[in-house]
Amino acid sequence: MISLSDIHVTFNAGTPLETKAIRGIDLSIPAGQFVAVIGSNGAGKSTLLNVLTGDAPLTRGRVVIDETDVSTWPAPRRAGMVARVFQDPMAGTCEGLSIEENMALAAARGGRRGLGAALTHDRRGTFRERLAELGLGLEDRLGDRMGQLSGGQRQAVSLLMATLADMRILLLDEHTAALDPRIASFVLELTRRFVESFHLTALMVTHSMRQALDYGDRTVMLHEGKIVFDVSGDERSKLDVPHLVELFSKVRGETLDDDALLLG
Amino acid sequence: MSTFALLGAIEIGLVFSLVALGVFLSFRVLNFPDLTVDGSFPLGAAVAATLIVSGVNPWLATLIAMAAGAAAGLVTAFLNVRFNILHLLASILTMIALYSINLRIMGRPNVALLQQETVLTPFYGLGLAQAEVKPIFLGVLLILVVLILWRFLVSDFGLAMRATGANPRMARAQGIATSGQIYSGMALSNALVALAGAMFAQTNGFADVTSGVGTIVVGLAAVILGETLFRSRAMLIVLAACVIGSILYRVALALALNTPALGLQASDLQLVTAILVILALVLPGVRNPIKALIRGGKQ
Repeated sequence: MISLSDIHVTFNAGTPLETKAIRGIDLSIPAGQFVAVIGSNGAGKSTLLNVLTGDAPLTRGRVVIDETDVSTWPAPRRAGMVARVFQDPMAGTCEGLSIEENMALAAARGGRRGLGAALTHDRRGTFRERLAELGLGLEDRLGDRMGQLSGGQRQAVSLLMATLADMRILLLDEHTAALDPRIASFVLELTRRFVESFHLTALMVTHSMRQALDYGDRTVMLHEGKIVFDVSGDERSKLDVPHLVELFSKVRGETLDDDALLLG
Repeated sequence: MSTFALLGAIEIGLVFSLVALGVFLSFRVLNFPDLTVDGSFPLGAAVAATLIVSGVNPWLATLIAMAAGAAAGLVTAFLNVRFNILHLLASILTMIALYSINLRIMGRPNVALLQQETVLTPFYGLGLAQAEVKPIFLGVLLILVVLILWRFLVSDFGLAMRATGANPRMARAQGIATSGQIYSGMALSNALVALAGAMFAQTNGFADVTSGVGTIVVGLAAVILGETLFRSRAMLIVLAACVIGSILYRVALALALNTPALGLQASDLQLVTAILVILALVLPGVRNPIKALIRGGKQ
């Protein structure tokens, strides 16, 4: 159970650049739920994610993960509870290190890192098996540099890396936004598969209304740092993109114009 | 070139390969351009020489010299991590401060070690000439250092250090406390450089406060040369390349100095080194630490 209460995040408080990124969010995510978060640019989606990882300092509010108040924990300390896939395929991996070295880094997420060898025969075997699940032929390229992979391959490996260690919540930060549509749907299907087979609790930020309805069990819409719409269950399954667009326009009090939201 | 000159070049190349390994750790692994080494090299020499002269066991003196170097690295890391001072500037500040500190440690600009017992003394009586004992002793030392450093860098902890330099954001998301890694890496790097200083003092028989000038450039030259000759990603080979690069660099310099037609003298060394590093920077296709940093800075 992830619980956010009365979250406020203000950047550059007290200066002319003051930005109220989050203005009072309460959100509870029961274990095993897959939440899709949608909103336009500047709605606070990324900040919400950073609140969970510990990268955005709270101005007010509490973050509780399974009854542990982690509000003041810095990002590395939360890593044992929070796994993350970045939007930029370059951000989530080290391109200069090999695939297996990246996987070894992820396998030790949240754990103690001692002086034992990072790549043992056993670990390599596990990595090879897990890579084979992707069906990309990467299981034979353990020693290749991460930088030699395509963006889509890197994102698929990033996702796989996130599942190598235990977590309480998986955070997906528009993780398919930088990919071409075909690869994006492959990575999304992979996401669905991992979330289901490992019974993960997940929060996926997306720009796409289609994705926000098609993936996960619950859709949350953010606008100007607040939750304006939160739907799940039957009500959600009846919704289609046009409904969502209409709701969104109503919230904004205007018609959807040049906003960066994707309708498809 | 005489055998004597060749052995001398190998000997000094081996001493400076410890610097190269330290520079590799800071520039390459941590992506932290660290000029502290110009201060921590003479620091190692000063601490070791002063302790040996006052009767301390040379092995213990060498260990304390390494600890002093580690402390210097920690100061630079502290200035950068805690106060956000630009890494380059933080390291220059430590380097300048060390000049005064080194003078205080020795009490004078140089300390002679000629009649003193050093870590090498027990090996001089084994029937080999001193000029032969020194490179053999250093060679064995370097093999040990490279093996230890290799095991370290392929461990979970070492991998975390490499991730810290390569992608700090990813490292933090994986639960790696990046500032702790910078402290550890900088301490280790400067401990190696101080070890080089301590070995320099004991093989050459003196410590001099000015002996650190240009240490960083010599270290970089060795790293670049090694990387150019061995384009491997296997960590053991990368580390060995630093050592071989350092030796080859010294042998090449000795050859140049011994070629009268070139008209070079020993004092031209720094100029030649600087020009070589500049060439390495300018020549296309050469992979080197500074270039990577410049590119990194532009992003």
